[in-house]
Amino acid sequence: MPDIAEHTGPEVATERLDRVVIRFAGDSGDGMQLTGDRFTDASALFGNDLATLPDFPAEIRAPAGTLAGVSAFQVHISDHDITTPGDAPNVLVAMNPAALRNEVSRLEGGGTLIVNEDAFGERNLTKAGYTANPLDDGSLDGYTLYRVPMSSLTLRAVEELGVKPRDAERSKNLFALGLVSWMYTRPVEETLRWIETKFSQKPQVRDANLAAFKAGHAFGETAELFDHPYAVDPAPRRPGTYTNITGNTALTWGLLAASQCSHLPLFLGSYPITPASDILHELSKHKRFGVRTLQAEDEIAGIGAAIGAAYGGSLGVTTTSGPGMALKAEAMGLAVSLELPLLIVDIQRGGPSTGLPTKTEAADLLTAYYGRHGESPLPIVAAYSPSDCFWAALEAARIAIKYRTPVILLSDGYLANGSEPWLLPAVKDLPDLSTTFATSPNHTTESGEEVFWPYLRDPDTLARAWALPGTPGLMHRIGGLEKEDGSGNISYDAENHARMVHLRAAKIAGIAADIPEVMVSGDVEDAEVLIVGWGSTWGAIDGAVNRVRNQGRRVASTHLTHLNPFPRNLGEVLRRYPKVLVPEMNLGQLSRLLRAEFLVDAGSVTNMRGVPFTAGELEEAILDYLSSPRHGNEGIR
Amino acid sequence: MTELIPVTSRKDWMSDQEVRWCPGCGDYSILAAVQLLMPDLGITREDTVFVSGIGCAARFPYYINTYGLHSIHGRAPAIATGLAMSRPDLHVFVVTGDGDALSIGGNHLIHALRRNINITILMFNNQIYGLTKGQYSPTSELGKVTKSTPFGSLDHPFNPLSLAIGAEASFVARTHDMDRAHMLETFRRAYEHQGASFVEVFQNCNVFNDHAFEGVTAKAVREEMLIPLRHGEPVRFGTDGGKGVVIDAQRGAHIVDVDAVGLDTLLVHDEARTDPSVSFMLSRLARGPYEPTPIGVFRAVDRLEYSAEVSRQIAEAQAPAGPGRLEDLLHSGTTWTVD
Ligand code: SF4
Repeated sequence: MPDIAEHTGPEVATERLDRVVIRFAGDSGDGMQLTGDRFTDASALFGNDLATLPDFPAEIRAPAGTLAGVSAFQVHISDHDITTPGDAPNVLVAMNPAALRNEVSRLEGGGTLIVNEDAFGERNLTKAGYTANPLDDGSLDGYTLYRVPMSSLTLRAVEELGVKPRDAERSKNLFALGLVSWMYTRPVEETLRWIETKFSQKPQVRDANLAAFKAGHAFGETAELFDHPYAVDPAPRRPGTYTNITGNTALTWGLLAASQCSHLPLFLGSYPITPASDILHELSKHKRFGVRTLQAEDEIAGIGAAIGAAYGGSLGVTTTSGPGMALKAEAMGLAVSLELPLLIVDIQRGGPSTGLPTKTEAADLLTAYYGRHGESPLPIVAAYSPSDCFWAALEAARIAIKYRTPVILLSDGYLANGSEPWLLPAVKDLPDLSTTFATSPNHTTESGEEVFWPYLRDPDTLARAWALPGTPGLMHRIGGLEKEDGSGNISYDAENHARMVHLRAAKIAGIAADIPEVMVSGDVEDAEVLIVGWGSTWGAIDGAVNRVRNQGRRVASTHLTHLNPFPRNLGEVLRRYPKVLVPEMNLGQLSRLLRAEFLVDAGSVTNMRGVPFTAGELEEAILDYLSSPRHGNEGIR
Repeated sequence: MTELIPVTSRKDWMSDQEVRWCPGCGDYSILAAVQLLMPDLGITREDTVFVSGIGCAARFPYYINTYGLHSIHGRAPAIATGLAMSRPDLHVFVVTGDGDALSIGGNHLIHALRRNINITILMFNNQIYGLTKGQYSPTSELGKVTKSTPFGSLDHPFNPLSLAIGAEASFVARTHDMDRAHMLETFRRAYEHQGASFVEVFQNCNVFNDHAFEGVTAKAVREEMLIPLRHGEPVRFGTDGGKGVVIDAQRGAHIVDVDAVGLDTLLVHDEARTDPSVSFMLSRLARGPYEPTPIGVFRAVDRLEYSAEVSRQIAEAQAPAGPGRLEDLLHSGTTWTVD
């Protein structure tokens, strides 16, 4: 590795940036996700704050070179705290004409555009729908264009390794990574080590990738194409140990942590579905934790098996996305009726139907609320950032276990695949989620007999008694038919049914006393508008609120992590401000709930484009809303 | 160390719930047989769980004094799979009907069978929907006139045993509600089998489909119409065993006069044969309960049991360095430290 290190001495002039947004785009087969991941890891290790946005097509391999096959990865690195993957990229790396055509409109005016010149042959241009070569026709004059013959330079770099040209060309993404790593003075040792380990079983591929990466790096410094590299300093951070984590991994680890903290074995019943499958994959690896995972025959069997495991005393979990939520609805109703702890994890994606499997959306909130027949309320917890998925999983499990209820945990495609640095918690600081099972009779009948009543409730939590199969003397039978209050025996009595419906509702409503109140930030005292968010919009809202406040407007914001029940002070907070605005990746589902629940005129900003809000578009929306006379709470008060 | 299992009687396995099937329903005799059998299995009530879906048969768990879970239509095999996988110490039974198991829950049934999870599935086949008051079921005969098929059913029926054998179930058997001794023996074998066992029980629904199986199960005709399968013995039935079953390349399994072909030609029943094709042929012998029908254990083969395999993988993962530690997990990716 010294061949690189010795060239990056202090004599090279670097320009300092406080932040930069880079977007890697290429064909699905070009390895752009891997390139982005490596750049991200190097930046994380270097100490930058960062946020990422992988953006890939639903097709595994759409025809090469077509617009449908473009796969992109955006990463935002900075020397200060950031919460979004950035609005417009400052740098776009386009590996072929299709990537250029798809992505160039996102690039900021005057932004840096690096293209693989070799890919701009006639065939590829036609496939991308270009009639003239955009590199030559002046259409890119508004950007700083760098034409780099990445394919041929890669081929030359690996020539002496004896790699077949077809295989050699595959390493061009590492050439691009090497080049961008030089441009942004990323430390290279970790990337080189990673390549060596990852491809240790295939020495030829390993050597070709190493050579390509080094060639890209060397090209940056010797080609005199670029004036100088840039530096983005580490962000100041709280002391501690960090790792870069995606939402799905964090969620998986949160489930494992919940299992450890509750001393309940973890059981996952799941059916593969994008973008939730990674949780099944990750959990399946961790047999050392005693996890049992079942790739079920369908979505219904996934939740069915989880219910069976929960009945036996496991922490039962099922993971899915929108279409699976629809299929699981009946079984969720059973879990509501059985009053057993169960986690239903919904990694939301674009709907309806198959919709946009790889694009993000948060339009399952009303499904989570109401997507079962009858009165069947259950708690809803939503994660707000990739690393928060860990905490959200723990919190969902806490509620499920303590209240003996299924809980829906909402995440989405953006959180699932996006990543950020995470300050690792100390295991000893994690909450104790342990629970107690019934081991002896809890009721005396009129005839003086000591019996076990499975639906006798804890007076504080209204949670029912939970006796596990295997416990002598407490044999009992429960099911989906209405149960008699207390005994749990089948009851068709009308008064009893009404009582049970109210008891189940009261149990869930009562959780409000056991969750944190909402916190308001920004201009708490005198804001003109309160922005209410939930889920993955947190980062964009945070950025937008700061921008609007910097323009002298007074804005407050709050972010909900508990959607059902709502935090107990939410109504009071909403009524405190003249206007309320709710940005959502749906057509206004939370704003509708807030209106119904609290009689406030909650406005709505929506985005159904499959990509997260940018701070810029929310900034505009907030300013618009502030200048609109139509909305406000005044009329209601 | 063997645990001491307290001696129990049939009464101990009866719950305090009033049994609410129609008077005369075949379910009563099946319940009685199960309650009679349980004290003999050497297991405790608390370690036993009955799981069911929806239908008349699905009320079964309420009537037996064990742990019980009355779930939703068709899903009992999936729920039982999760329970048996996570609690291999329990004895998990599934009680289901022809509509529950073969129609709405068909997918779960075949997958539980091929996965070979350790559950005992008792499917009461009455060839009708009872609880919803008399629609045709997936086992009703072609042309059956019911409320939903006033002009006769157009659906070709399932043969439950063919389906189970096709799914490569490791234990497949048939019995009927008119023969307590046969039920006891068949249920015992099903319970003792390691893996998923599937038992079809011909069950009379005297309200909506009375006499459906009488053509083969009535005392007067049994000898001529039921073909008892006994492992290691030639398959024969009828007065003095005068009829038998042979298999030949042209006609598959068919019935012959023993005198005409000779005893040596008869099929010798081998329930342990790994290849399911012979038991499949036996399952096709009768087109319905109006032709001579084999009963007993069709197939009982050794195959890896799913929950034991899951436990094995966990044990192997833990063997080198013990159970996982959360601390190690959190630090398993690339980490860096800020001072
Ligand atoms: S309807 Fe038929 S199967 Fe159901 S309880 Fe009555 S007789 Fe038995």
